[in-house]
Amino acid sequence: MSTAAVHSLWTTAAEPISKIPAPKIEYGQLSPTLIVVGAAVVGVLVEAFVPRKSRYYAQVFVSAVALCAAFAAVVALAADGYGTTKAHIAAMGAIAVDGPSLFLQGTILLAGLVGLFTFAERRLDPEAHGNRVDSFAAQAASVPGSDSEQAAVKAGFTTTEVFPLLLFAVAGMLVFPSANDLLTLFVALEVFSLPLYLLCALARRKRLMSQEAAVKYFLLGAFASAFTLFGIALLYGYAGSVSYATIAQVVDGTVTSVDPALADTMGNDALLLIGAAMVVMGLLFKVGAVPFHMWTPDVYQGAPTPVTGFMAAATKVAAFGALLRLLYVVLPGMRWDWRPVMWGVAIITMLGGAIVAITQTDIKRLLAYSSIAHAGFILAGVIATSKDGVSSVLFYLAAYSFVTIGAFAVVTLVRDAGGEATHLSKWAGLGRRSPLVAAVFAVFLLAFAGIPLTSGFAGKFAVFKAAAEGGAVPLVVIGVISSAIAAFFYIRVIVLMFFSEPRPEGPTVAVPSPLTMAAIGVGVAVTLVLGVAPQYFLNLASQAGVFVR
Amino acid sequence: MNAENLIALLIAAPLLGAAVLLVGGRRLDAAGHWIGTILSTTSFVFGVILFADLLGRNADDRTLMQHLYTWVPVAGFQADVTFRLDQLSMTFVLLITGVGSLIHLYSVGYMEHDERRRRFFGYLNLFLAAMLLLVLADNYLLLYVGWEGVGLASYLLIGFWQHKPSAATAAKKAFLVNRVGDMGLSIAIMLMFTTFGTFAFGPVLSHVTDASEGRLTAIGLLLLLAACGKSAQVPLQSWLGDAMEGPTPVSALIHAATMVTAGVYLIVRSGAIFNAAPDAQLVVTVVGAVTLLFGAIVGCAKDDIKKALAGSTMSQIGYMVLAAGLGPIGYVFAIMHLVTHGFFKAGLFLGAGSVMHGMNDEVDMRKFGGLRKYMPVTFITFGLGYLAIIGFPGLSGFFSKDKIIEAAFAKGGTEGWILGTCALVGAAITAFYMTRVMLMTFFGEKRWQPDEHGHEPHPHESPKVMTIPMIVLAIGSVFAGGFFSIGDRFLHWLEPITGHSEGDSPISAGVVTGATMVCLVIGVGIAYLQYGRRPVPAVAPRGSLLTRAARRDLLQDDFNHVVLVRGGEHLTRSLVYVDHTLVDGVVNGTAAGFGGLSGRLRKLQNGYARSYAVSMFGGAALLVAATLLMRAV
Repeated sequence: MSTAAVHSLWTTAAEPISKIPAPKIEYGQLSPTLIVVGAAVVGVLVEAFVPRKSRYYAQVFVSAVALCAAFAAVVALAADGYGTTKAHIAAMGAIAVDGPSLFLQGTILLAGLVGLFTFAERRLDPEAHGNRVDSFAAQAASVPGSDSEQAAVKAGFTTTEVFPLLLFAVAGMLVFPSANDLLTLFVALEVFSLPLYLLCALARRKRLMSQEAAVKYFLLGAFASAFTLFGIALLYGYAGSVSYATIAQVVDGTVTSVDPALADTMGNDALLLIGAAMVVMGLLFKVGAVPFHMWTPDVYQGAPTPVTGFMAAATKVAAFGALLRLLYVVLPGMRWDWRPVMWGVAIITMLGGAIVAITQTDIKRLLAYSSIAHAGFILAGVIATSKDGVSSVLFYLAAYSFVTIGAFAVVTLVRDAGGEATHLSKWAGLGRRSPLVAAVFAVFLLAFAGIPLTSGFAGKFAVFKAAAEGGAVPLVVIGVISSAIAAFFYIRVIVLMFFSEPRPEGPTVAVPSPLTMAAIGVGVAVTLVLGVAPQYFLNLASQAGVFVR
Repeated sequence: MNAENLIALLIAAPLLGAAVLLVGGRRLDAAGHWIGTILSTTSFVFGVILFADLLGRNADDRTLMQHLYTWVPVAGFQADVTFRLDQLSMTFVLLITGVGSLIHLYSVGYMEHDERRRRFFGYLNLFLAAMLLLVLADNYLLLYVGWEGVGLASYLLIGFWQHKPSAATAAKKAFLVNRVGDMGLSIAIMLMFTTFGTFAFGPVLSHVTDASEGRLTAIGLLLLLAACGKSAQVPLQSWLGDAMEGPTPVSALIHAATMVTAGVYLIVRSGAIFNAAPDAQLVVTVVGAVTLLFGAIVGCAKDDIKKALAGSTMSQIGYMVLAAGLGPIGYVFAIMHLVTHGFFKAGLFLGAGSVMHGMNDEVDMRKFGGLRKYMPVTFITFGLGYLAIIGFPGLSGFFSKDKIIEAAFAKGGTEGWILGTCALVGAAITAFYMTRVMLMTFFGEKRWQPDEHGHEPHPHESPKVMTIPMIVLAIGSVFAGGFFSIGDRFLHWLEPITGHSEGDSPISAGVVTGATMVCLVIGVGIAYLQYGRRPVPAVAPRGSLLTRAARRDLLQDDFNHVVLVRGGEHLTRSLVYVDHTLVDGVVNGTAAGFGGLSGRLRKLQNGYARSYAVSMFGGAALLVAATLLMRAV
């Protein structure tokens, strides 16, 4: 509900009840989000009422059904033309239902579904006292190393709350890129951030590291949210509204009526510039752009690997979606102000991520820096300020999310006595011991590096092409140089896996259940299909590349 | 369903086979060979359906196009995956899938005792798919994909018995020599793109006149280089003899009937370019004439039955290249000889394989002799193939080769006389070496001896699964030429694509045919005097200087070693020196620079949330300041 609606509620409260206009909510068009939220609530009830033994199955079932149903709803809406001709703004101006929204929601739901597979994996960790366990702490509230933790492990507890948490996060992410006013944006941001903070703290092994990661993520996330909120306040002061459409009109100077209460501040460009920069900063924090990236390596390393994979993929999709909408719908009128700044951010993000990744020795940190570099590449597409820019970013996000979840899923398989063996030296010679797993990981690394016939190449090509056509040739040159630097450390891992002698006490590769296999298989399939025959999906992204205003 | 939509299925069937067989693993070992054979045959059936469809259309309406998708469209760069099925590619499709299916069937028997048989069929299917892609591509880029694909399949199959060092070396040699040709093709494609702005056959070949003759000559010569590599023409011929290390069905399918003729296809397909570049055309004819003599001479000296046939293949492809270089006078006959050669040479190789099958894999013809009594079917089918290849009147080779010799004379002028004479001499030598092979293998005294383990070979006829393909191919060897020539059927079929002109021959067709017959009789006669009348010595005599040179493949490897290998080594050494000192210096310096920078930046990541927050705060301040600054300036 927009503030305009709230305002009218307040002022009309004295009038007879019958005059209150009922807010018009298009439930059908919001159904993907509503389904996921509903299922998350059901998940909470499951925690309360279903016996412990059956909770896991109930939760996985509810989550899978909800994600599939929500995806079906997205597809149905798209098929009905809401992505193109019937695109419009629903829920009293709060939610945009248009091409980018539906495309990104579809991507997030699929990423959530694949992420769910890795969450539900229970074959990797050895059985604890005859109970199958997953990657999550036996009981989140018990102090690491304490007796109560021992007791929880012994009793075979598992934290099945992760499934509703996942659904709440997905729900927030669905709203985030389609939010059409700043308050909805902020609420969605918090709705998907809070579950993620919790999920980060729930690792079964290395619990202290996991909790440290969660605290850092929470502190810095709260810090970034404060900036965002302050920025929102400034923008409200500037435009007298939090609605995207109104702010855009004020920026363009097409609004003439001035709210007398705000007459002093309205149209003050300093408010606009500072407010926009602060809101954008909050979003840059979420995508992990330099210099707001520093949480990424620590959190990616500490969080349970399935959570890392899901978070790395889906958060990026949601946050870039929101960033695109903000820059393309709210602030196109001031693109001459933000473009040079974003150029700078994109350049230091691409170079920074790639350069620091070179000296990493932990595979999860390496992938974290890789994700920073990729955020830079995607920013290059955002800066294009064209329809091609939007569609190339959409395509890149879809391609990137599956590679990421797949790659982190592979990381969960390589284990030694202490759980996952993430130190790179332990990966030496993996290709001799488990050629298939190493080959699959090599495919993902090649896709990250943007080698042709993988989705990474098609995506990178699309964003660089859009950026070059948008006049950002120097940016593309730097992007290609960064890709070359990045290729170094990706290929180095491949060399390590295939051309180094395996260590005698090296890790073993666990045989996962079909769930993780499906996650990895989907990753490989999408990577290759989008690499070999990207045209259909490029067309789809291209059709979806228009924002409703 | 439109006929166009079937085209992709031609390729899809064997590709599916390759995927299933190579990925499927051991559980398919029992049925793998039949899966491969059935999918190959499926492709053939699709080919026949499409052929029937084409026949039902008007002669000028027989080009079907299927656009699958566009690979990475960029302004000005259009890489389409589009197939073109016209009379020329149809001919190849039927040859590839028809002969291919027969050889699949034959291999079921031939490879029966090989424990890696499933993999062998996987590779064969992969080859079929790549070869079909090559001939069905509608642009040079896609053709290049197929071109490399058949190169890969050829490499895998030559080295199939990888436990033999000779096979591994031969595979590597074939691959390396082919790289030289492939380089030619890739540069030709790049030149084409810069000249015409496209790779597609239609636009390139119809706008040939837009380009300067020099440019066209360059493209033509590069295409010829590619053809030389793939089709084993002088100077890139050296790999074909060694390629006989592969299993015999491979020699029959890839190194006789189909892949090695890809060069001829390339030249004929690019006919418009060559027509506009007479200099390039002249070089093509010279290469063809030289190779046809070269291969024939090598074929005379070999005692290894497969290597003798390999020399013959080289020589026969020389005929085709010669014809293709003659322009519209010869295109049709180049392809016609290619098809008839596909029948009889595949038949001859399968016959040789059948002989080896019965003789404990012996290949030395001096240890054969008198086999006609033991292997009647092999003898008769091989004999028919023999009669076809030497051009015995009425059989396939007679019609196609005679036409090429006529066309060579019809080139006119001194060139015509020289080329025609070469072709005639080649016909005589062909008759000689093929009669030699025939006599040494099937006639005379039996010369086989126990091997080192004391096993006496027991020559026997091969099983039906092997003899049936041989019989079918023998039928083709006998009748195909006549069928094509009566009423100039083949000429009318292919003419809309390749064009045709008669040329003006200084001598009449009858005289040419007469001269060919005389050459044939001379060749057969000399061979009979030498190998039929006298016993064949079990150990090869020292022989004349030419014989010794021919045994060493006319010193081709020695030449390559001295000129290319040594020279190449020197070049490599100097390049390595420069690379180590200069290039590596720069590269390592850059890498070390980034590494050092990385190490330093990494220290910023100290793990304290408070310093992260400071960095964010600084970043936010910078962001705000920069945004304000942008408005100020």
